[in-house]
Amino acid sequence: MKSYLILENGMIFKGEHYGSDKEVVSELVFNTSMTGYLEVLTDPSYAGQAVCMTYPLIGNYGICYEDEESVKPALDGFIAREISKTASNFRSEGLLTDYLLQHDIPAICGIDTRMLTRILRDSGTMNCMMTTDDSVFKIVEDPDQNIIKDEWDHLSPDNVIIDDNVMKKIKEYTTGNVVDRVTCDHVITYNPVLSSSEGDIKEDQKKCAKKIALMDFGSKKNIIRSLLSYCCEVMVYPARTKAEDILKENPDGIMLSNGPGDPKACGSIIDEIKKIYDSDIPVFAICLGHQLMALATGATTKKMKYGHRGGNHPVKDLRTGRVYISSQNHGYMVDMDSLDEKIAVPAFINVNDNTNEGLEYTGKKIFTVQFHPEACPGPHDSEFLFKRFLEMMEEDKNA
Amino acid sequence: MPKNKSIKKVLVIGSGPIIIGQAAEFDYAGTQACRSLKEEGMEVVLINSNPATIMTDKNIADKVYIEPLTVKAVEQLIKKEKPDSILPTLGGQAGLNLAMELEERGFLKENGVKLIGTTALTIKKAEDRQEFKDTMEKIGEPVAASTVVKTVEEGIAFSGKIGYPVVLRPAYTLGGSGGGIAYNEEQLISILENGLRLSRVGEVLVERCIAGWKEIEYEVMRDNAGNCITVCNMENIDPVGVHTGDSIVVAPSQTLGDKEYQMLRSSALNIITELGITGGCNVQYALNPDSFEYCVIEVNPRVSRSSALASKATGYPIAKVAAKIALGYNLDEIKNAITGKTYACFEPMLDYVVVKIPRLPFDKFISARRTLTTQMKATGEVMSICNNFEGALMKAIRSLEQHVDSLMSYDFSELSRKEMLAELETVDDMRIWRAAQALRMGITRDEVQKITRIDRWFIDKLYNITEMEYRLKTAELDIPMLREAKRIEFPDYMIASLNGKTLQYVKDMRLSAGITASYKIVDTCAAEFEAETPYYYSVYGDENEVITTDSDKKKILVLGSGPIRIGQGIEFDFCSVHCTWALKNEGYETIIINNNPETVSTDFDIADRLYFEPLTPEDVENIVNIEHPVGAVVQFGGQTAIKLTRSLIDMGVPILGTSAENVDAAEDRELFDGILEKCGIQRPKGHTVFTVEEAIDAAHELGYPVLVRPSYVLGGQGMQIAVNDEDIEQYIGIINRIVQEHPILVDKYLEGKEIEVDAVCDGEDVLIPGIMEHIERAGIHSGDSISVYPARTISDTARKKLADYTKKLAAALHVVGMINIQFIVCDDDVYVIEVNPRSSRTVPYISKVTGLPVIPLAVKCITGHKLKDIMPEMFAEKDNNDPENDIPGLWPERDYFAIKIPVFSFEKIRGADISLGPEMKSTGECLGISKSFNEALYKAFLGAGINLPKHKNMIMTVRDEEKEEAVDIARRFEKLGYKIYATLGTAKVLNAAGINAVRTNKIEQDSPNLMDLILGHKIDLVIDIPPQGAEHSRDGFLIRRNAIETGVNVITAIDTARALVTSLENRNDDKLSLINIAKL
Repeated sequence: MKSYLILENGMIFKGEHYGSDKEVVSELVFNTSMTGYLEVLTDPSYAGQAVCMTYPLIGNYGICYEDEESVKPALDGFIAREISKTASNFRSEGLLTDYLLQHDIPAICGIDTRMLTRILRDSGTMNCMMTTDDSVFKIVEDPDQNIIKDEWDHLSPDNVIIDDNVMKKIKEYTTGNVVDRVTCDHVITYNPVLSSSEGDIKEDQKKCAKKIALMDFGSKKNIIRSLLSYCCEVMVYPARTKAEDILKENPDGIMLSNGPGDPKACGSIIDEIKKIYDSDIPVFAICLGHQLMALATGATTKKMKYGHRGGNHPVKDLRTGRVYISSQNHGYMVDMDSLDEKIAVPAFINVNDNTNEGLEYTGKKIFTVQFHPEACPGPHDSEFLFKRFLEMMEEDKNA
Repeated sequence: MPKNKSIKKVLVIGSGPIIIGQAAEFDYAGTQACRSLKEEGMEVVLINSNPATIMTDKNIADKVYIEPLTVKAVEQLIKKEKPDSILPTLGGQAGLNLAMELEERGFLKENGVKLIGTTALTIKKAEDRQEFKDTMEKIGEPVAASTVVKTVEEGIAFSGKIGYPVVLRPAYTLGGSGGGIAYNEEQLISILENGLRLSRVGEVLVERCIAGWKEIEYEVMRDNAGNCITVCNMENIDPVGVHTGDSIVVAPSQTLGDKEYQMLRSSALNIITELGITGGCNVQYALNPDSFEYCVIEVNPRVSRSSALASKATGYPIAKVAAKIALGYNLDEIKNAITGKTYACFEPMLDYVVVKIPRLPFDKFISARRTLTTQMKATGEVMSICNNFEGALMKAIRSLEQHVDSLMSYDFSELSRKEMLAELETVDDMRIWRAAQALRMGITRDEVQKITRIDRWFIDKLYNITEMEYRLKTAELDIPMLREAKRIEFPDYMIASLNGKTLQYVKDMRLSAGITASYKIVDTCAAEFEAETPYYYSVYGDENEVITTDSDKKKILVLGSGPIRIGQGIEFDFCSVHCTWALKNEGYETIIINNNPETVSTDFDIADRLYFEPLTPEDVENIVNIEHPVGAVVQFGGQTAIKLTRSLIDMGVPILGTSAENVDAAEDRELFDGILEKCGIQRPKGHTVFTVEEAIDAAHELGYPVLVRPSYVLGGQGMQIAVNDEDIEQYIGIINRIVQEHPILVDKYLEGKEIEVDAVCDGEDVLIPGIMEHIERAGIHSGDSISVYPARTISDTARKKLADYTKKLAAALHVVGMINIQFIVCDDDVYVIEVNPRSSRTVPYISKVTGLPVIPLAVKCITGHKLKDIMPEMFAEKDNNDPENDIPGLWPERDYFAIKIPVFSFEKIRGADISLGPEMKSTGECLGISKSFNEALYKAFLGAGINLPKHKNMIMTVRDEEKEEAVDIARRFEKLGYKIYATLGTAKVLNAAGINAVRTNKIEQDSPNLMDLILGHKIDLVIDIPPQGAEHSRDGFLIRRNAIETGVNVITAIDTARALVTSLENRNDDKLSLINIAKL
């Protein structure tokens, strides 16, 4: 079956259809990771978005359920050059094509994903519709016969008329309040892992075990796994939990998770984070959590042209000058000009475009990063930040 | 960190002659590094014994020494030039070993020279087997159970403990020389004895065999601040057990999940950090296909073949960045040259697939075993880029230049199912073809996977290709099928032949459906950032990113020379690159097409546009259709480019320089005879034939010995000297194994001096840079002969004739550009044996030793300039009768000798016959240069690695015709203190002449015989001059093979032996004259 990707700028791509045949309107972004498609699919931060993979061969190693970053994909649609019809890996339990169907995710294959990426890079992130219905557009009469009937793979806006209602729907789309869609609905407690594949956890690690409250805005599982591997007890709270309810449990530290959408759309959550800021409990925040803390303390965020999504972004630790390759997935960023150094100073910057990648809060035991130290997919280079968080809590305890 | 200010003058050590395991990739790395250093204002001193390299050009380094890469030579050079630093990590293993030896001797410290880039301690930690193992254990990185042994007994004991099979790896050798897998004690003893001998330190690592695991490589960079990145990872399609240089490799890895990918990536970063490497490094892993278990196989603390591949696969210039790091810069301070916007501190993301296939030399060494092992055998490689794996594989196959164009190119259809199941176990260069046939026969993908242990994903892809073959064969061609066939890169002619259509039919159908090739940019970042670098690869059915500029510049297409193979080596890359630079200087926009990832020509900043594509008519036509060049230059890309001449003309692209008709005239025997007659030039009598009978008749008419060879070949492929009818039958049989479009030539063999001339012609005037003379008599391929510039033993009459003939031939063939002519001189008589109206192997050599910019001059001629205008003084009217005057057009001879000596890689190719003849066998060359002939000769031998004596024992066995000549040579060796062992006949002659030669039994006779002597490791040198014609006894072959495999030097031509003894009589290691050729 053919499937169509209609862009906000009036372009249409035609490809092969996979997965669910439902029609979706979404915000289209691209991800440059060469591995980790399942982690991308199940990253709740993609809620409200359709993701185009720039690497052309996707699905090669099948589906390994233990690599899922949440219980199910939260994204709206998936686009790849070629999805493998066979899978080869000792852990594979199924095919990507089946997985997409199982989770009701529509996918398009066989389109020129590099061209699409270049469009998004040049024009910025845009909305799109994925549909199998070819009645929503009409090809313009082509006197030069440049468009060969049934043989076209994409149409420029000049060659096609798209149904007004469809175009309206695409243009009006916003990701909206997506955090509520992906957060958990009740508090879940994870007990520390007392043994691992490498043997029993060492005594000194046990001693420093901490109780951590994780505010779930769409947390990736690996944040929890990372904390557990440090022998922490993790209590996961729904995004709308009142700060008081968390504080009264006396956690040693609070983590603000990653999550989807525009941080400014988070409304009352920001107020609760302000209370956490005031509480003097050590806080470590990732991605959306980082942006929310900035908003809560008076800074502003802005939408990026096409964001950072991939596993190759260099971030510089301004404290040490060291550069780490990081996993990233964000379309908004903290506006550095809006920072008040009495409140927070940059801790990390992106080496490519000098955008903010992390903040250290003045006089507080709070640090936040825009990138993903929990990786999955992507490099583990900044995993040490979890350790830094633990040390911070230890210092706090001893203080 | 900013640049280290204390570094001002840097010595860069090159990698020496091209041998298997150390090829053009180090010219690419070294050239890039030198340019990078100069960019930073460094004074660069370069030493490399290889004259065919681009790095030894005077515009690459400030001071260039083409000198032997020995400790003594480098020590003297350091004393002379006084550099403050050495960059040792860009010259491959040769350069690294040399730097380490200087460091260990304390020489560097004494002379205030520091190693930059990576410290000696780091190199030791990575290279020394035990230290490496200890280091890995310290940081918890698993290595296969192993131990370092110094004796065979230790090896037997340890292998007994860990169980067979075991892998053996000698320390400090390159390309895995002397290594292998032993499945039992007997094999262990044989490989281990040899490996211990070849190792520089007499150590061999014995380790648990992990054959069959996935082999994965990471290219890693680290800077002075400790920032680490991985440039690329690569997956070998051939599982562990085949040397990575002989494996088909794909980038990035295809069958690793993110967990595995990141696990190995983190491990690679841990390793580079612990070793403290600053610069580039390559880490090889074995990954258990059924678990997360992995082992570190090897770390190379330097740039390598893999890093060249990774650079081309990603667009990330590893050597350039490594050089900057050596100067003190950090990754986040170095710009990404492709985007110009981002920094070197990031990891390239690919949005395409890269496939590399090794180019193996079994077409040259027919008797060699094709089995692939942990010892590398490939002479070169090709790379291809596509957005799907099938397409990348198809493109790489047709880039190989070895009569293959698809998975159908080797025919295994004769095999029964049972035979096929057995044959699938074979690990050789034809394995994927065999697997494809197995799939066609209905053997399941799982079965093929199980037997070959090639990952199922790759088998699936082979299956997809065979499925397409089947569909094309059985179904009527429609547009969706055609679209899919083109997507996975089936050439039009193949679609046509499978589907029973004409080529034109397929082409028309394709164009009417709008199915055309388009080009994408390699941009390091999967389109995330804008990139201006015009580095392209083709795909079907996608957007075309080539922006055809409106500049006024005319575009010229330069065709590269494809993979490095015996007969067409790095020299042709030198020619292509210089042609490109010269065209740029002439104001043209240059477009280069090539598919060799090791070379300078495929660096993205050489031509204005680089197309990384196969060099076949269809692939070239697709580019022509987009670029519309005003012309193409084919005379610099060797036979690969020449072969495309006709196709280019058919596409409407004019050939610049010598016309195609004249190229044909030089190759077509009848036309050429006509020209010779017109010019009054003689050539050895000969005939063109097609059959054995005709050949035998021709030989009888001419009288034996005769030279038999196919026309239109390079490197004398298939050329042999026949002394009787049986020889003719055998040789023609070999030639005809590949269908011949052109006739076979049978010529009278003349034993004279072989002379070679390269010349530049503008259609009227001819410039002869120099005349080169071969040390070996005619009959040995010019590429395998020692070549002396200037020719010193020919008469003035002959010299004048040579110049005169060259001019006549160039004029008669209307040569515009380069011409290469080979002559035989017998006293004053001069015969022409071959004319090549194109650039030749000797052009880099003659350019460097004469100081003449030969290729730029040829390019000027091609673009319409006249030599008279460029160098009026050369072509001024002179009185030809005045003996004081130079020969017109002949560039004045230099007052020193430059001797080019061939270098072979015989020890790598099991079963290859090493005796020299008309078919070329050498892989590389090096140069000795000096005011004195004898010193030049000594330096040449030294550079070639013939380092005598150790034991002062030698063996001589000489054919009857040359026994008399052998006497003098033997006497001279005896005088040098050599003990000579000789076979019966030779010993008799030597004893009669008063030489104390010890008679030794032949191999088939009782011990102690020749073989015992060789295997007893007390022999330095074997001089074995086999009879001409096909050798019927295995004796000589066995002697030569065993000698080579035990690391003994072997000489198979009497003239070479004489040259060697002359060089040894003149040895003076401590006082080499060092010549800066940049000043010539």
